[in-house]
Amino acid sequence: MSLREEVETLRQIPLFAKVDPSKIKLLAFTSERLTFQAGDILCKQGEMGDAAYVIINGKADVVVDSPTGPLTVATMQKNDVVGEIAILINIPRTATIKAASELTTLRITKDLFLRTISEFPEMSVEMMRVLAERLVRTTEELQKAKESLRKETGEE
Amino acid sequence: MEHSIYKYILRHSKKQQIILLLLSCASFPFLYYYLELPKIIIDQAIQAKDIVFPVEFMDISIDQEEFLYVSVAAFLILVLINQGFKYAINVYQGITGERMLRRLRYELYSRIMRFPLPTFRKKSSGEIIPMITAEVEPLGGFIGEAFVLPAFQGGYLLVIMGFLLVQNVYMALAAIALYPLQAYFIPKMQRKVNLLGKERVQRVRILSDKIGETVAGIQEIHVHDASNLMRADFTNQLGRIYFVRYRIYLLKFVIKFLNNFIQQLGPFFFYAIGGTMVIAGNLEIGTLVAAINAHKEMAAPWKELLAYYQRREDARIKYEQVVEQFEPAGLRDDSYQQDEPDPFPKLSGELVGSNLILSDDTGSAQLEGLNIKVPLDSKVAIVGNAGSGRDALTRILARLIDPDKGNLAAGEVNLLDAPQSVTGRRISYIGQSGYVFNSTIGDNLFFGLKHRPLRELDIEDEDEKTFLLRDQSEIELTDNSPFNVRHDWIDYESAGVNSLEELDGRAIDVLQMVELGDDVYQFGLRSTLDPEEDPETAALILSARKRFFEKIENGGGLKNLVEAFEPDKYNTNATLGENLLFGTPVDESFDLERLAENTYVQKVIDEANLKTEFLKMGYQVASLMVELFADLPPDHEFFQQYGFISSDDLPEYQAILTRVNPEKLDQMREEDKLRFMSLPFKVIPSRHRLGVITEEIQEKIVKARKQFVDHLPDELKGSIAFFNPDEYNAAANIQDNILFGKIAYGYAQASEKIGALLSDVVSEMELKRAIIKVGLNFPVGSGGSRLSENQRQKLCIARSILKKPDFLVINQATASLDARSQQRILENILNEFEGRGVIWSLEKPELSYLFDQILLINGGVIADTGTFEDLQKRSEQFKMLIN
Repeated sequence: MSLREEVETLRQIPLFAKVDPSKIKLLAFTSERLTFQAGDILCKQGEMGDAAYVIINGKADVVVDSPTGPLTVATMQKNDVVGEIAILINIPRTATIKAASELTTLRITKDLFLRTISEFPEMSVEMMRVLAERLVRTTEELQKAKESLRKETGEE
Repeated sequence: MEHSIYKYILRHSKKQQIILLLLSCASFPFLYYYLELPKIIIDQAIQAKDIVFPVEFMDISIDQEEFLYVSVAAFLILVLINQGFKYAINVYQGITGERMLRRLRYELYSRIMRFPLPTFRKKSSGEIIPMITAEVEPLGGFIGEAFVLPAFQGGYLLVIMGFLLVQNVYMALAAIALYPLQAYFIPKMQRKVNLLGKERVQRVRILSDKIGETVAGIQEIHVHDASNLMRADFTNQLGRIYFVRYRIYLLKFVIKFLNNFIQQLGPFFFYAIGGTMVIAGNLEIGTLVAAINAHKEMAAPWKELLAYYQRREDARIKYEQVVEQFEPAGLRDDSYQQDEPDPFPKLSGELVGSNLILSDDTGSAQLEGLNIKVPLDSKVAIVGNAGSGRDALTRILARLIDPDKGNLAAGEVNLLDAPQSVTGRRISYIGQSGYVFNSTIGDNLFFGLKHRPLRELDIEDEDEKTFLLRDQSEIELTDNSPFNVRHDWIDYESAGVNSLEELDGRAIDVLQMVELGDDVYQFGLRSTLDPEEDPETAALILSARKRFFEKIENGGGLKNLVEAFEPDKYNTNATLGENLLFGTPVDESFDLERLAENTYVQKVIDEANLKTEFLKMGYQVASLMVELFADLPPDHEFFQQYGFISSDDLPEYQAILTRVNPEKLDQMREEDKLRFMSLPFKVIPSRHRLGVITEEIQEKIVKARKQFVDHLPDELKGSIAFFNPDEYNAAANIQDNILFGKIAYGYAQASEKIGALLSDVVSEMELKRAIIKVGLNFPVGSGGSRLSENQRQKLCIARSILKKPDFLVINQATASLDARSQQRILENILNEFEGRGVIWSLEKPELSYLFDQILLINGGVIADTGTFEDLQKRSEQFKMLIN
């Protein structure tokens, strides 16, 4: 795949949607395109993260360790970003990501990502916006979850 | 060494000095006639005074004109003879001086190796080096002229004086009237200059010591922001040197002024007195001219004599100063390092030291009458606190320092009297930080086996051969080392092997014993191998390459991870440059960074009709780079990581882009073309994903690749080692020879997976030892700088083991290693020395349970001796140490 296609892929991702095309191009050019075989591990729960991955092709499972064994909580696909939290704050990976098929990704290292953000403020604003949206959504979900929990306990 | 330079000269070059004196005496008669002739020419040949022409000479009659020609011809011949003498004397004098200088340097150097070791606490290499290199240099010049110059120039002066006296007494006396004055004052002033010179030498020595310290302590200087202090200190030293030199200049030029003035007084008197006498008719004009000539001739020898006096004083002081520095108390005898007893003793029985007393240079006691008695086939641990004297004890046992008092014997051999040939071969010592010489790992390992040249080797290099042959007589004349450094010095017998091959095998065993084998294996993987020297290994590596690709083909998901070099296929994980060359550059001719400038490469591209394509690609790459990187700050690391264009060049490319028409790239300026052409060479399709190298271009490059080989001019044929799947590539390292391709970009963990496969293949084919052997040729850099500290220390341990000493003294040598490797290496060494002695001053006393006997040392004496169990039961102190 050529650089041009990668730029297109990146632009379809909400996080990068409003970032200036030339900067997307720089990000695409300076990132590594990485192919995983089905079953290869992108990152492991509990380990420190050093990169985020943009899925260009294929599928990846997000697996969380639970008391009853590994639990697949989501499947990510084309245009999704995985592992972006770990490159913003220094916490261990919250889940294991495993290639579910042959998987092509763009690997953006933490250094590169942070450097790009600090150099191009527009991108950090965009980043904040996307994260804020996500927070709103998560808060709503939490509220719903709490309400249903109260209902359940109230009914009992 | 002689304390006076004259004694030293006479002792070693009496014959040469006499020859020089005889030569100069022989030259004097010719000199006299050379002075006499102008008078004859003017008075007789030209003015025809006191002579009647034609003159009868050996039955030939000569008229005036012919007489003139004969006399001027004679003059010319005398000039030749005189200059001939001067030439011969100068050359012989120069050779004599150089030989003496060589002897002196050799003697000083070999003295360094006989200094008692504590001397080096006070003397730094910064002081010693300039003494042997720069400071003695002028001595060579002086030694050559020491006798002949005063004799020749003095004699010359006397001849001229004699000539002048014969001509006219008053004039002669007037010409030299002021010489006594000069001879009185100038040496006095000169003495002052010399004292200043002495001070200058010392100051420069301090200066070079400061520079040495700065280099050695550079890390501390950075850590503590001390550069200002260092600069200020240096400034202070420079200032001192400046003022010393300033005073030297003042005095020196006053001396020069006086000399010149007095010299010019001569003509003054000649013209005044001589002129008066010629007018009065008491003197022939020819005589006056000859006298003025003679006086002019006098200037040179007189100057030489005064300068000689200056140099003599200088040399005398320098010699005394240097020699003084090379005679420290306790200097060991020359015979100590030269003698080789026959039969050569083996150290066995018991090592007995009695009443060993040692104090350090401050006078504080380190050993206070220590007694030690251990069998030489047992393993002995020395334990004790820091400062208990165990450090000093190990050094005394290894014969590195002499005890102040006491005896030390191993079996029958008195170790204090034994020459170094015995102690240095039968005993080995490893300290806390050993030194690694700037050579290969192998050379460093075999360093302990090279005591004397043992076998002559055929030297192939003709120049080297003639040099060695010519130098033979010089070595005898200067008492330099009679041993030939080019011969085979390795003592296989003492290492317990019969040949270099066996020794290599043994070295590999020892490297693994000290856990350095894997490191050297890695060095070997990254080293090149000359297949002509070692065809077997090269063949093995070649089959490893086949095996490697078999394994890759056989699945395991590895197929895509390596892209092999195939002659008919474009390698998308390599640069375009590598694809075109399809080989490893051997020298500078095909520098991958500068391929576009290579005229042959240009020709190949031209003939492949690729030039326009290259310009187009260059244009595309340049526009993209300018687009992406123009806003980045110049020091941004992207320029280094991904840039085809450096930040300095970027504006230049920007300018070119604005002035070219992408439709008419052919019309660019030549230098712009070159800039554009250079860009595509660095593009790696699968890494950069620029899409500029289309399949069509790839095909053309593969075709051009063939043209490149076929038409390579003869003079470039050796400059590149082409990739050939069936041949070993001598220019590439071993790893690249097995891999024979590029690890693909864009596959997760490709390097790790390939690395694992590589080591699988190596162990499957039992190549590891062969590769370690190649690693023995790895150059370690100055002071071992290419090795880590632990690797250096392990190398020093291996060196001592390889020597197979009768007993090994170890002084906390593994302290810097991690605890687990410490224990493993210790156990390996104890196993290796089965039946021989090991005396180990332990940094970890708890490991002493592995030893037969433990010496507990405290306050410079042995406080207790026994096995681990014994001491654990009865000694409180020992219990403290192991807890």
